[in-house]
Amino acid sequence: MTPAILSALAAHWRRNPLQFLTLVLGLAFATALWSGVQAINAEARQSYDRAAASLGEGQFDLLLARDGGWINAARFVALRRAGWLVTPLVEGQITPDAGAPLRLLGIEPLTAPAGMAAAGVARTDLAGFLAGRVLLADPETARRLTPPPAVLQGRQVRAEAGLAPGTVLADIGAAQRLLGREGQVSRLLILPDQPQNQPALDQIAPDLLRQGAEAAPDPARLTGSFHLNLTAFGALSFIVGLFIVHGAVGLAMEQRRPLVRTLRALGAPLRLLVGLMLAELLAIALLAGGLGVLLGYVVAAALLPDVAATIRGLYGASVSGTLELRAVWWLSGLGMALAGTALAASGALWRIARMPPLASAGGRAWAVASARRTLGMAGAGLGLLALAAGIAAFGQGGGLWLGFTLLAALLLGGVLILPPFLALALTLAQRRRMGPVAEWFLADTRQQLPGLGLALMALMLAMAANVGVATMVSSFRLTFTGFLDQRLSAALYVNAEPAGDLRALEAFLEAEARELLPILVTEASVAGWPAQIYGVRGGPTYRQNWHFLAGGAEAWDTLVAGRAVIVNEQLARRADLAPGDALTVLPGLVLPVAAVVGDYGNPVGQVILGEDLFRATFPEAAPRRFAVQADDPDTLRRALLRDHGLPTAAITDQAEQKALALAIFERTFAVTGALNVLTLAVAGFAMLMSLLTLAALRLPQLAPVWALGLTQRHLAGLELLRAGLLAAMTALLALPLGLGLAWALLSVVNVEAFGWRLPMFLFPADYARLGLAAMVAAGLAALWPAWRLARRPPAELLKVFANER
Amino acid sequence: MLLEIRDLSKSYPGPEPDRPVQVLRGVSLSLDAGQTLALTGESGSGKSTLLHLVAGLDHADAGQILLDGREVTRMDDTGRAALRRGTVGVIFQQFNLIPSLDVAANIGFQARLAGRADPARVLALAGALGLGAHLHKYPEQLSGGQQQRVAIARALAARPRLILADEPTGNLDEATAAEVMAQLLALVSEEGAALMMVTHSERMATQLSRRLHLRQGQLEPGP
Ligand SMILES: Nc1ncnc2c1ncn2[C@@H]1O[C@H](COP(=O)(O)OP(=O)(O)O)[C@@H](O)[C@H]1O
Ligand SMILES: [Mg+2]
Repeated sequence: MTPAILSALAAHWRRNPLQFLTLVLGLAFATALWSGVQAINAEARQSYDRAAASLGEGQFDLLLARDGGWINAARFVALRRAGWLVTPLVEGQITPDAGAPLRLLGIEPLTAPAGMAAAGVARTDLAGFLAGRVLLADPETARRLTPPPAVLQGRQVRAEAGLAPGTVLADIGAAQRLLGREGQVSRLLILPDQPQNQPALDQIAPDLLRQGAEAAPDPARLTGSFHLNLTAFGALSFIVGLFIVHGAVGLAMEQRRPLVRTLRALGAPLRLLVGLMLAELLAIALLAGGLGVLLGYVVAAALLPDVAATIRGLYGASVSGTLELRAVWWLSGLGMALAGTALAASGALWRIARMPPLASAGGRAWAVASARRTLGMAGAGLGLLALAAGIAAFGQGGGLWLGFTLLAALLLGGVLILPPFLALALTLAQRRRMGPVAEWFLADTRQQLPGLGLALMALMLAMAANVGVATMVSSFRLTFTGFLDQRLSAALYVNAEPAGDLRALEAFLEAEARELLPILVTEASVAGWPAQIYGVRGGPTYRQNWHFLAGGAEAWDTLVAGRAVIVNEQLARRADLAPGDALTVLPGLVLPVAAVVGDYGNPVGQVILGEDLFRATFPEAAPRRFAVQADDPDTLRRALLRDHGLPTAAITDQAEQKALALAIFERTFAVTGALNVLTLAVAGFAMLMSLLTLAALRLPQLAPVWALGLTQRHLAGLELLRAGLLAAMTALLALPLGLGLAWALLSVVNVEAFGWRLPMFLFPADYARLGLAAMVAAGLAALWPAWRLARRPPAELLKVFANER
Repeated sequence: MLLEIRDLSKSYPGPEPDRPVQVLRGVSLSLDAGQTLALTGESGSGKSTLLHLVAGLDHADAGQILLDGREVTRMDDTGRAALRRGTVGVIFQQFNLIPSLDVAANIGFQARLAGRADPARVLALAGALGLGAHLHKYPEQLSGGQQQRVAIARALAARPRLILADEPTGNLDEATAAEVMAQLLALVSEEGAALMMVTHSERMATQLSRRLHLRQGQLEPGP
């Protein structure tokens, strides 16, 4: 019996190939958008890690020679033998025949941490790299070094996009030879996961100094928030696709009801029928989901610069310049496709399961939604929006789940409110006096709403997602650049710990720097929260670059005078502090809060004191780090390296770090723009499929108007106009929804997840462009159906009136 | 002469490619203002086809149609649309009405398109056809007889010179059909319009002033 039922069920798809196509493509597109976002997210994160690691910035603790010099390579061997997981680094400068010197970084690929450039990179030509024949550099530097200059002693340089600008990566042996440092390393990097019971470091290597992971502001910490937001919008894009699936599945189920009834009358058990339909859908979901993951992979590879989709990449092979298709994407993509289909089909299947076998075969007309349903949608939508507003107003601080509830209520409410909103707007417009064609046009548009509802909802979600992404990305960019300007405003960042004579170093810096900003810090517990207390010198650098979230510019004067403190946003939120509130910094030290400062990405609270007050309060805390403003940072840097025994790793060039962070974010930002276009394209596809499905139903509505004296071309033009009008009205509602979603993500979810709020900026020009794009997408979707209408032979229209209809 | 048809031919693409089915083979007729003409013929003989060509709803292969002194057969799409709006009123067997408009709007639609809006006339016609209580209903809420009455009112409201009716009562039961027919004929003579009506009912045909029979693509005088 099963094969017979299956072939009866499958016959439906053979007779409705368009429906099948809609279902498969809709699901595939949805999955593609989802896994594309995953891929872009992962790639952005990875390329950031790689570039940051090759800059030598520390997510890692380092071992440096106490005397600031080179370390004998034997130390490395001894440490490894003792059970310490360390990897050696060699760093120096090479100067090609022409131009600025380049940084040469030698690594040991087999022990280097996975996040570092080396691990993924050197596999391209591991043999060549290990043998020292092949060096790697970012594409621009690689171009500069082709053909290889004499200093490279005949070695080839290959381009590797993930590397920090101006850095040449070599195997450690090659680097030692190029620098004339055989048997020596610059520093050792301590891997994060160490076995439990090795001997203490001072026993094996008393001459080495451990330097903690970089405490300088780390832009990487901001990325967590960015990726969370991007993932949220990726999920939104997926929902856009789900609307297509929902429509196609619903239609297919509805159309197969008579068949199901016949099969049941012939004795097929209901359970078997429903089971087979479910299995059929799951098979389609797997097919379409797999297609979608591949599509997403190709799309992501096409969008991401410097990576390519390759067959080897499909298997997850890590190849330089290749996007790796991870198992996680397969799983999550297929999972989303399955879950989405199940969600879209559950209602329809449930109705079939409850259908009595002999119920009238007529069924209700699928396309005709009753006024009651519209009212119900309006009620539910408004209720959900009210819930969202309630959470926004009163529920803040209620935890992450409340934030996600807010998002869901906003999303669902906005979508539900669309058809009633459009119906109401059209009804109001119909009240005006106008010509017969306009009157009919509005009435007819109103009648199309139930059939176009799902497509319009998809369009609205796509638009809202686009507005949200545009707002989020641009707000992020503004905040991010502003914050980097604020925190990386000094030219150099000097870690003084390895210096032999701290006092001499400080005196030297005081003399040479245009402005010296000693960084004084101690750990404490403030207002019951773990926090860091900073002492800062309130010079021009801070005054010019720091922007407060609350509090005025006079905050610096009161801070320097020791009469107030500045706190970061995280602490202000946790301890509920605002400017003017008194804060107990320590028992006995109570000061008013002068200002609250944004501190994006930092998980802990901060209290900032004036330098004098800090030194008086914590006399034992000497400055171990300095931010330095200098007119000639390069000269100062050389002097620090030469005269004060600082290793290169102890000095961070802030401009370089800033440029790197910005460059990587720009790449991701650019990619999200392309994703917007894709989401709109998918919504346009949904619209096209709905219009094609409706086209046959439309003829009886159009034929009388045509017979009464409108040309087919005129009618086709009106169809285009209708699509544009509906898109414009949808856009009108999508804009506030998108802004609401962005606000909920940036101001509620982000606060709950990370403890800080991402300031939201508005970009009206972007929104106007997006609205236009939505109308163009809708217009393009309507183009083909309209063209077909214009070209239809009159005989087809006349058939409407014929007896044999 | 209001309508003059000369040697009109029309074929449709047949089941086999390149073998068109010839439906009309040199049809000629003429009709004066105020005349009523019954067109009979077997099912599939081409009555509707002829009507569609006169109404400017489809293109002829050869021959001429002169309506109100203008040559319909040489009009482009825009010209035909203007003809449908202003010169003829068409009543089909069924599905005449615009589903999204109510009865009043349906009746007034063509008249307004033709630039002859006249709300009082809409009311009067609706009253005469017994539709007064249904002006704000939608087509799907009406019975078949009521729908055809709306179509008649609409065709007349635009004050066309020629009314073309294609089995306007074919879908109605006998009693209703007779009543609707009587109303149509009364209104047509009241307005002084010409009527060309397709019917296969002998009884209906006898009520009109002239009869023509379509057989094998050509017209012959009715019995
Ligand atoms: N669009 C069309 N394509 C092909 N054949 C058609 C078409 N319309 C009508 N015909 C054929 O032309 C002949 C005349 O049709 P019609 O004018 O509707 O006849 P009547 O109205 O007299 O019943 C019929 O054989 C019909 O099948
Ligand atoms: Mg006919």
